[in-house]
Amino acid sequence: MVTIDIKAESGQREMLRRMLTIRAFDTRAGELFADGELPGFVHLYIGEEAVGVGAISALEPDDYITSTHRGHGHCIAKGLDTYQMMAELYGKRDGYCNGKGGSMHIADVDAGMLGANGIVGAGPPLATGAALTASYKDEDRVALAFFGDGAVAQGQVHEGINLAATWDLPAIFVVENNHFGEATPVENQHNVEHLSATAEAYNIPGFTVDGMDVTAVYEAVEEARARAAAGDGPTFIEADTYRYKGHFEGDHEPYRTKDDIDDARERDAIDRFKTRLVDAGVITDAEFDDLEAEVEAEIDEATERAQDAEYPDPSEAYEDMFGAHVPEIEEFAARVRTDGGERQ
Amino acid sequence: MSTQEQQQSTQNLTLVQAVRDGLHGEMERDDDVIVMGEDVGKNGGVFRATEGLWDDFGDDRVIDTPLAESGIAGTAVGMAAYGLKPVAEMQFSGFMYPAFDQIVSHAARLRNRSRGRYTASMVVRAPYGGGIRAPEHHSESKEAFYVHEPGLKVVIPSTPYDTKGLLAASIRDPDPVIFLEPKLIYRAFREEVPDDTYTVELGKAAVRREGTDISVFTWGAMTRPTLEAAEDLEEEGIDVEVVDLRTLSPMDTETIVESFKKTGRAAVVHEAPKTGGLAGEIIATIQEEALMYQEAPVERITGFDVPFPLYALEDYYLPEKARVADGIREAVEF
Ligand SMILES: Cc1ncc(C[n+]2csc(CCOP(=O)(O)OP(=O)(O)O)c2C)c(N)n1
Ligand SMILES: [Mg+2]
Repeated sequence: MVTIDIKAESGQREMLRRMLTIRAFDTRAGELFADGELPGFVHLYIGEEAVGVGAISALEPDDYITSTHRGHGHCIAKGLDTYQMMAELYGKRDGYCNGKGGSMHIADVDAGMLGANGIVGAGPPLATGAALTASYKDEDRVALAFFGDGAVAQGQVHEGINLAATWDLPAIFVVENNHFGEATPVENQHNVEHLSATAEAYNIPGFTVDGMDVTAVYEAVEEARARAAAGDGPTFIEADTYRYKGHFEGDHEPYRTKDDIDDARERDAIDRFKTRLVDAGVITDAEFDDLEAEVEAEIDEATERAQDAEYPDPSEAYEDMFGAHVPEIEEFAARVRTDGGERQ
Repeated sequence: MSTQEQQQSTQNLTLVQAVRDGLHGEMERDDDVIVMGEDVGKNGGVFRATEGLWDDFGDDRVIDTPLAESGIAGTAVGMAAYGLKPVAEMQFSGFMYPAFDQIVSHAARLRNRSRGRYTASMVVRAPYGGGIRAPEHHSESKEAFYVHEPGLKVVIPSTPYDTKGLLAASIRDPDPVIFLEPKLIYRAFREEVPDDTYTVELGKAAVRREGTDISVFTWGAMTRPTLEAAEDLEEEGIDVEVVDLRTLSPMDTETIVESFKKTGRAAVVHEAPKTGGLAGEIIATIQEEALMYQEAPVERITGFDVPFPLYALEDYYLPEKARVADGIREAVEF
């Protein structure tokens, strides 16, 4: 059973809600970062919501995903809790990594979310491994890797795809082509017009879909999932999308114009899906406003709670270093306490 | 412009500006010097270390590469083998691992393997180190990885003046150099830097502060807290010598040993984790060369043996003035 049934009206509303949640979460994350509230780096998914929500909704709840440095959207689409996400952005103990990972490493393996990833291109081989596990254990699960257009230049992306293709694993590779890797346009990074051409080299099906149309993404992934589950191997999907915000907060974006961004906004995934649902009578304008307000309130609450939450204790730095007991670790942890303890 | 005029004029630069100035100078001096990396061209680099180079030298000499560290490093090896002088930027040292194979298996070994017929005279530059409130790859210090590989030189500057001179020396060096830039102090302070090009010899440490009670060996961003701790300890009557190693491979063992023979006590400060860190190597050198001068165990004031932690723990992880001072006292009071 799919995570969210796009044919049901309730499913459509839920997909809209998840896209709105992503936008609200990342809008807030961007503001907090600009205010110096959030340390580290945050990469915002604003503009690309339809890819994460479309793809993950079409998976089954037990399926696996791997994410990227721009991972908040994938987390929310996978059903992760916005409070625990926000707490992780703040580096608080209640966060998904207990404050040890931050924005770029949010993971919830139990939820099938193998992690955002600070290393561009590292996800696809991990998805291949998750797919191999599912196949070995004879479980009905597939693994889907999200990665960027920039990542397609990384060797390990190709290694991961080749392994999955050669071994007919239940994997799906979704490239989020937002047209830039940092400041470099996709044309300057690749010699193909469509990144989906990559599929040809591995003799697997490859498609380019409108990544700002949540239905198009959903349908492509639904089909890819059926193929993977039937033992017919991986599919490569290129989702054509756009990043509205700078690569990082404070990015002056000399590599594009405001018009470029406005053009993309014309195709805005949330606007288009909303219009479709309003026209079809699935939701009224007033209900949409309520939904937005609800989502906003959820993010307010997540933020406030995260602000009030506790930081991990310095000695926790040594927790979870190894699975087995290592005596030196205690000695080290004691050292952190004595060296750093009084500075709190 | 006469040489004399050039030599006299200076600019007040930050460390990252000195990187940029050093690259500019070497590119002007030698047409074979090629800068390459992710967003180093049109965009001027994520830390602005290559700002304006693309405008001045064009895209043949300042190459925006796809996102492919292994490809960048391997391409640089091929370029170097046939006479170009690539200076490859890795956006953060934590993103160098895909390039590790090309650096270790090829750049480092080409000369030895070919009995000197082929070499890889190239530089891989990367910002390294913590203190910017970002975890893991964005903050780690893995200089020991590269020092452990015979055939690589490893350089870490700590001042703008040295940055320009060491970078020039690295580019002109006949062998591959890993040039790690302490990003925490990229913009922390300024220094007068000559406009003209000049080199600071590789393999030579700098005594930043002379003292008689204890020798403290450090490098990169740890040099400043070490000097500050030394100032504080002076008030307590402890006279600290601070040695900034600058080049970690080859290491200036002569200066290390000479300093230690004078003081008989030592501490090493580095932000990399303790185990397998270079403090161990420095201590071994002291043991081998100056055992009879030793009056106390050598203190290791280092990062902890954990992945570089996130925000809340960062302040505990990085040695700072108070921790450095504590370590020095320990060795002095032994
Ligand atoms: C191995 C590695 N190299 C470089 C970086 C720095 N970096 C972070 S995001 C990014 C651009 C990624 O582009 P793309 O894959 O298109 O994803 P997008 O940011 O557009 O979502 C770069 C170069 C990194 N995180 N990891
Ligand atoms: Mg991109």
